[in-house]
Amino acid sequence: MAEPGLVAERRPGALAAYRALLGAQARSQAAYRTSFVVDLVGNVGATVFDVVTVLVLFGVTRELGGFTLREALVIVGISAFGFATADLLVGNIERLPRYVRTGLLDAVLVRPLGALPQLLLMDLPLRKVSRAVFGLGVLVVAVTSAGLDWTAARLALVVVAPLAAIVFFGSVFVTTATVSFYWIDSGELANSVTYGGRDFTSYPITVYGGWFRAVFAYGIGFAFVSYHPALALLGRADPLGLPAWVGWASPGVALVAAAVAAAAWRVGVRHYRSTGS
Amino acid sequence: MSVIEMRGLRKEFTVRVKVGRLRREKRTITAVDGVDLRVERGEMLGYIGPNGAGKSTTLKMLTGVLMPSAGEARVCGLRPVAERTRLALRIGVVFGQRSQLWWDLPLRDSFDLLRHVYRVPAAEHAARLRRCRSLLDLDEFLDTPVRQLSLGQRMRGELTAALLHGPEVLFLDEPTIGLDVVSKQAVRGFLAELGRAGDTTLVLTTHDLADIERLCRRLVVIDHGRVVHDGSIAALHSRYGSRRLVVAELDSALAEAPVLPGAPVQRVEADGRRLVFALESASVAEVVAGLAGLAALRDISIVEPDIEEVVARLYRAPDDSQVTAVAP
Repeated sequence: MAEPGLVAERRPGALAAYRALLGAQARSQAAYRTSFVVDLVGNVGATVFDVVTVLVLFGVTRELGGFTLREALVIVGISAFGFATADLLVGNIERLPRYVRTGLLDAVLVRPLGALPQLLLMDLPLRKVSRAVFGLGVLVVAVTSAGLDWTAARLALVVVAPLAAIVFFGSVFVTTATVSFYWIDSGELANSVTYGGRDFTSYPITVYGGWFRAVFAYGIGFAFVSYHPALALLGRADPLGLPAWVGWASPGVALVAAAVAAAAWRVGVRHYRSTGS
Repeated sequence: MSVIEMRGLRKEFTVRVKVGRLRREKRTITAVDGVDLRVERGEMLGYIGPNGAGKSTTLKMLTGVLMPSAGEARVCGLRPVAERTRLALRIGVVFGQRSQLWWDLPLRDSFDLLRHVYRVPAAEHAARLRRCRSLLDLDEFLDTPVRQLSLGQRMRGELTAALLHGPEVLFLDEPTIGLDVVSKQAVRGFLAELGRAGDTTLVLTTHDLADIERLCRRLVVIDHGRVVHDGSIAALHSRYGSRRLVVAELDSALAEAPVLPGAPVQRVEADGRRLVFALESASVAEVVAGLAGLAALRDISIVEPDIEEVVARLYRAPDDSQVTAVAP
């Protein structure tokens, strides 16, 4: 029993409905103007911290996992921008247990729109915009100061790779959140994958070792988010020996992740409907 | 064709119960246990039962929120879960303890948003809103953020929100729970008006039997997931032996309780000066005539049967004794 309108209901006017939901969320948050501004500023903190951590590391070492500061910053930039934007757009889905408890999930299920986009739009944390903007700033500074050898293909990649990172992180958010359909206290586990992934993608994966690298980099796919695209942009060969084309694979990997997330969501909602938990 | 059809509708939940320190055991709970019901267009159906009887679960299966474990449901000819979004355009849902309104925005904004969500032509939307505004007295708080509304005001808002797209069926889960008397009256009056118009089918779960007496000609009682009564309120009374009572106040007590055919004495109160007769086959006039020959009457009053009492008795009834439903 497939559910129509999982991601976007293809019915004329559905787009206008989603736009109206977005507008409502903006006006709701504007109702608390002062706290919104405070949050806007406060939210930059976390992402600034991630970047500063990398800078501090380079204060004590000239190279990190075989990468210079300028090279490493490209990795940080893609990761920070991708994560912050995905967190803004999709991150609040980690509040799924609350939506179940308060009945918001039931409320959106009796409306003629997809459940997931409604939940995302009705709880969109606009105060996190500041983080995404800061992430974009880091990315722009990193790629302009890294002395890249610009080709048409690299120009395309510098646009597509961050978008793919957003899709990938967003998919991770959705997939891990659906675990709470089965196991209500799964929040910590979900966080270890999402925030763990953010930290993992902030560094060249050569600094990690063993099974940990294997699982996060290629088991879940975090290596394709920032590390491999950065190699392709920088024109460097992978010290770990993967072929150069892997650097261009991030959009494909992101689409696979999105498909997995969509399937996990479908199955999760079906489970919810059959258990009501 | 019936607007709502349920055939052998069943819902089981599996819960894990702690047994001992670490072990957990799976247990299956049957919330709805094979419900067969048909509701015709324009009917107003009261769906009642004790806590945990399966009322809300049934409503959730009919609105596409929950998938039945077995059996079938059709609402407006659609399968609720499989055709959820199409069905959503044709039904309205009010869950008493959950909201369809935007908490931080003025009530007016929620109505406007729902126009987009349900893609209602502006003129239709305006006409329906105008009607609700006058019938439910919304004007004084239309510009108030929902979070500042009283429960009664919010419920009037919820009702409006559920009706702005002109649904064919309106599902109401405990619409008067927690409301003050005035708000209850307003909500009941509004629903009665809606029912009189005749084109909206209404399914109402409630704890408050006054809702049912005021609104619903048909009453379905469910207990332990099964229908134990389906019919009019009068049928419920006749079936479970609840009768109208005649209370006779006498000037002085009689030596012994009078025997009137078809109206046994149920209680003797006030030292024998008040007699309570239950009307079985006798009429009120017959009781009065019979009594007048025996004693000096001070006052006569008639007490209508108390549905609350009947239903309470129904809930206490043993599990399987009254399973077969009376045809409506």
